Amino acid sequence: MEKIEEIPKETLLEIYRTMHKIRTYEETLAEWYYKGKTPRFDISAGPIPGELHLSSGQESAAVGVCMHLKPEDALIGTHRAHHFAIAKGVNLKKMTAEIFGKATGLSGGKGGHMHLFDASVNFSCSGIVGASFPQAVGVGIAAKLKGEDYVAVAVGGDGAANQGTFHEALNLAAVWKLPVIFVIEDNSWAISVPKEKSTAVSKNSERAAAYGIPGVSVDGMDVIAVYEVAKEAVERARRGEGPSLIEIKVYRLRGHFEGDPQHYRPKEDLELAKQKDPLLNFEKLLLEKGIATEEELNKIKEENIKEVQEAIDFAVNSPYPEPEEALKGVFAGGE
Amino acid sequence: MARKLPMYKAISEAIAQEMEKDENIFVMGEDIGAYGGIFGATSGLLEKFGPERVRDTPICESAFIGAALGAASKGMRPIVELMFIDFFGVAMDQIYNHIAKAHYMSGGQVKMPVVIMTAMGGGYSDAAQHSQCLYGLFAHVPGLKVVIPSNSYDAKGLMISAIRDDNPVMYFFHKGLMGLGWMPSPPEATVEVPEEPYTVPIGEAKVVREGSDVTIVGVAKMVYEALWAAEELEKEGISAEVIDLRSLVPLDKKTLLDSVKKTGRLVVVDEDYRSYGMSGEVIATVVENGISLEAPPVRVAYPDVPVPYSRVLERYVLPDKEKIINAVKSIM
Ligand SMILES: Cc1ncc(C[n+]2csc(CCOP(=O)(O)OP(=O)(O)O)c2C)c(N)n1
Ligand SMILES: [Mg+2]
Repeated sequence: MEKIEEIPKETLLEIYRTMHKIRTYEETLAEWYYKGKTPRFDISAGPIPGELHLSSGQESAAVGVCMHLKPEDALIGTHRAHHFAIAKGVNLKKMTAEIFGKATGLSGGKGGHMHLFDASVNFSCSGIVGASFPQAVGVGIAAKLKGEDYVAVAVGGDGAANQGTFHEALNLAAVWKLPVIFVIEDNSWAISVPKEKSTAVSKNSERAAAYGIPGVSVDGMDVIAVYEVAKEAVERARRGEGPSLIEIKVYRLRGHFEGDPQHYRPKEDLELAKQKDPLLNFEKLLLEKGIATEEELNKIKEENIKEVQEAIDFAVNSPYPEPEEALKGVFAGGE
Repeated sequence: MARKLPMYKAISEAIAQEMEKDENIFVMGEDIGAYGGIFGATSGLLEKFGPERVRDTPICESAFIGAALGAASKGMRPIVELMFIDFFGVAMDQIYNHIAKAHYMSGGQVKMPVVIMTAMGGGYSDAAQHSQCLYGLFAHVPGLKVVIPSNSYDAKGLMISAIRDDNPVMYFFHKGLMGLGWMPSPPEATVEVPEEPYTVPIGEAKVVREGSDVTIVGVAKMVYEALWAAEELEKEGISAEVIDLRSLVPLDKKTLLDSVKKTGRLVVVDEDYRSYGMSGEVIATVVENGISLEAPPVRVAYPDVPVPYSRVLERYVLPDKEKIINAVKSIM
């Protein structure tokens, strides 16, 4: 395993930049989400209607994994996917416009926050828990049949690992030795149900043993640890040695969705999440080790704030789709 | 004594009252315990009955809905919540190949007193995988009763009927009628609900407004769109009768046919997809029974497209008062 000192500075700053961008994005989006929803929360009101699942606190999972991915590699995310989308290189302006329901969005406003598609970087996600795993298997089949070296990453939460699709897909990827990386983002909660009440093993990585594939659990507070574990899994997949399972332990800094009263969640748990903040932790590390100066990080922060603001401005100033668009695009090759 | 209750409280009260009387009843589902159900339909149950009878499940719809079958085969009366009907896909085999068919395939040896309670409906930009109605799919499969309340009185009475029924019942509630506070809901859906248990029979429609020129048929939220349309039409001298079907299986043909015989015109309002669904079934029922209409029947249904996210797009495809008014006028 590489030590942080062996990773080029520009890579480390890139990791920091993307993590900070994600955090800035999510927190800015939250502010916009509540516009029109205060004082009384109304899910259907405001510039961003519908559900919103934010990823604050989970940045390390997305960045640690996606640093090793090329645009041809597929990433299939979940209902909570903004961090992976950003780390995978999805166009921020178009993604934001999609979340605002605008014509200039990734899907012209048809998909929305849980259904982001950017085929140019092979990114997609779904609102159905557990849907990603089998789909990634198929990308693996395509890579094998076409003789290409791209890989597929399927992301799921700790909750998703109890869905049948997870187990079926791991087995299938294992027997066919496919280039798939299964990522379980363990934030300890599936909405209100804590992992220890839903999951028969303490670590989902242990489940890899049932399918004869490597399974590693890694502390998401340490983005470099995630980076290293993911590197090994991606390289293994590219070498044609088959799938791996990675469990990344992260903490959910916000509610399951925005507007979640979280009355089921002990106060200490939220406090713990704040202490386990991977972004602050990495920032501290970079400064303490003298890898970056405060000025360097501040410059990155300012650039991120600007980029996020530009994406929001683009979305806000874009037109809504023509209503009749709703009827188009069900089938390929015509109306 | 009756008091006004929002639909979500009427549902949880019905379940609680039946659970008090019959210890074979238990509840399973995702976030139905401490959370009280994402749409509140199981609120207060965990506190009253404890985690043995009110079971938060892992995310594994196939496993816990399949488990309802096993429990029912041993005389239990499970209520399972499928959080959104859109998620049926991961559990459909247990529902339609097993729970729906067990009584028939076993030659009547096995009874399936299972309630599958589920949220449906759009209108708040939850997009393609969280806004569908899909009741037509379940009504299509033999062996499942299908009920859809439109107000808190019917919600309680239909839930009690569903629990007491020895057959599997799909119990759909519309998110936009639950009276949740954080989701818009017409005030008309929150009505007086008696404190004591009572039933609303499965298979009985209700004429919610009498009229003589046209019959408008719908369920759930579309009942209100139809009523609001009827009010407007009244001002223009058109008298519309509105029927809330309340049950799709069994379908109350008599109430439907009696009304259409009287009015001679039919508009069916359906938030579920247009083709091969409820709207077609209602019209076929009228036509098959030889009722001669004064004008061709009209459907105001959800077009055959997935539910779009953007508000302007969703509004364009959702049936509403205006679309119903136009439909009625087109056949007057
Ligand atoms: C098949 C299916 N079942 C249930 C849900 C409702 N649901 C959405 S997110 C969620 C919890 C997911 O937990 P986890 O997989 O741990 O992801 P997290 O939200 O913690 O990121 C649930 C139950 C769904 N969307 N799809
Ligand atoms: Mg989780």
